[in-house]
Amino acid sequence: MALKTEEMVLNMGPQHPSTHGVLRLELVLDGELIEDVIPHIGYLHRCFEKHSEAMTYPQVIPYTDRMDYLASMYNEFGYAVAMERLMNIEVPERVQYIRVIMGEFQRIASHLVALGTYGADIGAFTPFLFCFRDREKILNLFEITCGARLLYNYIWIGGVSHDLHPDFIRLAREFIIEFRPNLKELNDLLTFNQIFIDRTANVGILPAETAINYGITGPNLRASGVNWDLRRNDPYSIYDKFEFEIPIGKGEKGTTGDCWDRYYMRVCEMEESLKIIEQALDQIPEGDVSSAIPKRVKPPVGQIYARVENPRGELGYFIISDGSLNPYRIKVRAPSFVNLEVLGELCKGHLVADVVAILGSIDIVLGEVDR
Amino acid sequence: MIYDWLHSMTGSAIAAAIIQSLLPLFIFILPFALFAVLLERKVSGHMQDRLGPMRVGYHGIFQTIADIIKLIQKEDIVATENDRRFFDLSPILVFAGSYAAFAAIPFSGAFIGSNIDLGIVYIIAVTGLVVAGILMGGWASNNKYSLLGAMRAAAQIISYEIPTLLIVVTVIMITGTMNLFTISEWQTQYFWNWLILGGPVFGTAKLLLIPLMIISFLIIFLSTLAEVNRTPFDIPEAESELVSGYHTEYSGMKFAMFFLAEYANMFAVSAVVATLFFGGFQSPVGYLGNTFGAKWLIPIEQFFWFTSKGLFFVFVQMWLRWTLPRFRVDQLMAFCWKYLIPFAFVILILVGLITVLI
Repeated sequence: MALKTEEMVLNMGPQHPSTHGVLRLELVLDGELIEDVIPHIGYLHRCFEKHSEAMTYPQVIPYTDRMDYLASMYNEFGYAVAMERLMNIEVPERVQYIRVIMGEFQRIASHLVALGTYGADIGAFTPFLFCFRDREKILNLFEITCGARLLYNYIWIGGVSHDLHPDFIRLAREFIIEFRPNLKELNDLLTFNQIFIDRTANVGILPAETAINYGITGPNLRASGVNWDLRRNDPYSIYDKFEFEIPIGKGEKGTTGDCWDRYYMRVCEMEESLKIIEQALDQIPEGDVSSAIPKRVKPPVGQIYARVENPRGELGYFIISDGSLNPYRIKVRAPSFVNLEVLGELCKGHLVADVVAILGSIDIVLGEVDR
Repeated sequence: MIYDWLHSMTGSAIAAAIIQSLLPLFIFILPFALFAVLLERKVSGHMQDRLGPMRVGYHGIFQTIADIIKLIQKEDIVATENDRRFFDLSPILVFAGSYAAFAAIPFSGAFIGSNIDLGIVYIIAVTGLVVAGILMGGWASNNKYSLLGAMRAAAQIISYEIPTLLIVVTVIMITGTMNLFTISEWQTQYFWNWLILGGPVFGTAKLLLIPLMIISFLIIFLSTLAEVNRTPFDIPEAESELVSGYHTEYSGMKFAMFFLAEYANMFAVSAVVATLFFGGFQSPVGYLGNTFGAKWLIPIEQFFWFTSKGLFFVFVQMWLRWTLPRFRVDQLMAFCWKYLIPFAFVILILVGLITVLI
């Protein structure tokens, strides 16, 4: 007698410890092997794009914060860059430096969350708390700058809301000195741990060609060996003034573009971000931060697409202006949303445990996927 | 000693034996489980740069008691689709299986629940019962995560029993007994007589046994770690994948029974490892009781040494848990079948040759 086997459909999420928010995955399983993954999104949809049409341009900024809530500074940064190009505003030098410093700090904070939660996904809980401990210090820096810890409303069109706190530069330098050894500690504890390598190397391999076809950006694309970073390839703000390297995946522990590479890209990027911050702290000029902020934001009729390198990839704002005080349309190209699409491709043939590892390595934020 | 006293008190051999077997449960294991939960939270807290529970009592020492009170008060949720009978039976089986093991563990020269000759085999047998409980719970929960967790647990526990047993057989070949009390007595006091250092044998045999015993210890420690589902082998309850595995659907006191059984298990396997390889209740440096001529002090000292050794291994388990990531299910099986079992077999054969020839 032949035994009949059937596929099991496992519903993972929206309430699940490691779907990083309210993502729902429909897993078609053969035993523990994945046959298919169907992501269902939209549980966190808040009509950001439609909502913006009823707001004036500066009023949109607090809503951009809430998209990728782990990289709020960068969302504002991208919006400000887009609006300034639309309105041809020349931004003071000091503001540019402040934005870069904040943006890179935000990148570190965001990557820390990504790496910490990734460790927790793999089963190591201690690195998670170590990462959050360091992120806390960055949030303290943001707090003394603008009063908020998560949703800042700090980078405005043409400027920033407050100048740096008098202590900021000293505290930022202290943080960098404290943080470098912690990064090494993270590497010792997690990155080069043999069990961690076994779990992540050669898992969820994303070849460069597939990555490009799917429109993957950010650390995930670079992990596949593609040297593409908008800070270098399409410079905005003052990124062309800094010396930094763009880490790309080499398949050190397995195949290029596996989960370990994606994870390790973020570790390397934190190091590079520290370099940028150090240079920016050395070079930052004095000046007024609010001189270029327009009294009344009324861009000319036209449209603009501006993109920045958010911690998760290419964050693009497509803004259409009809010459009134409210945007006619704002479309956001959200990196998490685009990166998530490749999940099904990566998961096929892996085990349930690998879905968690792959999803964690893609590093999505559901606030941005759903907007 | 305790048995004689109980016998004279109750006047019945059966009653005395039953009470004696239950003694470890009440005077040691229940308080221990409470303590171990707190210890785990404190250890994890301090390893993670935080303090752990601090509110209930001095440095949170009454935290577990508060937790248990909370769990007792909680509603016992049973979903309509659960298989009620097995759902209720499962925590009892798991709890009973892990606590029954303590009956044969010699806590000190004067304190052993039941001094049976098949001690070690008995412990392996009753802890094997836990698998049935886990599988039952996972199936009766009627939850896919629970089922996956239970399947993983069954596969894992049964696989890892093989290297454990092989090492136990090796130890039995050296000591010539399955009685844990005799095994402890055989590794007479002073640490160089412990089995990890070859036991109280002399000459070439001891030198040959030392490396083999160290490897055996590592194998049995790792495989018992897997048998009690601790990190890095905690895949049956892998939080990030399966929510909490086979006990996802349990709440209130039934959950508490799984929870306490887990901590009791941690001590049980630590105690077995300590008994087999680290002299059981024997002191590493001799007894104060002998020095001062106070014989009554010796059992108390032995109890102290035994719990210290057990607690040390429990601490190591916690330490590993808060340091290491988790294996994947196939890697876990590969680790057992490709490394532990062949090594255990080789050791079994080598030790067999040593005991026969030398």
